[in-house]
Amino acid sequence: MYTDPRVVEFVKRNVVPVRVHVKDNKNEFKTLADKYDAHWTPATLLVDSSGTERHRIEGFLPADDFLSQLALGTAKAAFAHQDYSSAERLYREVAERYPATDAAPEAQYWTGVSRYRATNDAQALKDTAHAFGDRYQESTWAKKASVWK
Amino acid sequence: MPHEISWSHDLDNALRTAGDKLILLDFSAAPM
Repeated sequence: MYTDPRVVEFVKRNVVPVRVHVKDNKNEFKTLADKYDAHWTPATLLVDSSGTERHRIEGFLPADDFLSQLALGTAKAAFAHQDYSSAERLYREVAERYPATDAAPEAQYWTGVSRYRATNDAQALKDTAHAFGDRYQESTWAKKASVWK
Repeated sequence: MPHEISWSHDLDNALRTAGDKLILLDFSAAPM
């Protein structure tokens, strides 16, 4: 996952990379695996500066899927910090840049939620529900959005 | 090398210095 130049670029630009290796960093691995309940590798967590986990990727993913999950995590962190306009932009980027990944329908859902949070306009939720009529109709996220129609 | 990630192994230091950035905490068993 970390040999793809796009992943390297994303990591360099957007996050602080910390690796704990099961053999080479034995003590740190045990302490942190217990703290974050990460008992399978690879496990990739996005953690904010308070130490709070904002997103988790367990298992190997091809580069596009991995990148989409990293981008989804940055959007989730913005949402968690109640920066809804940034969250909307970041979620929208996930859906537009990685439309064939599992992250895309989730991002489409949360784009609508973020817009609603930013504007308090319920039309954002209705528009999102209708957008699922065009894409990702079979996804769990379409089912979740269906209540907004 | 432009296409390599420079990994830290010190989460505490990363938490102190990350600022607005997220930390990518990678639990790995891959050959180093």
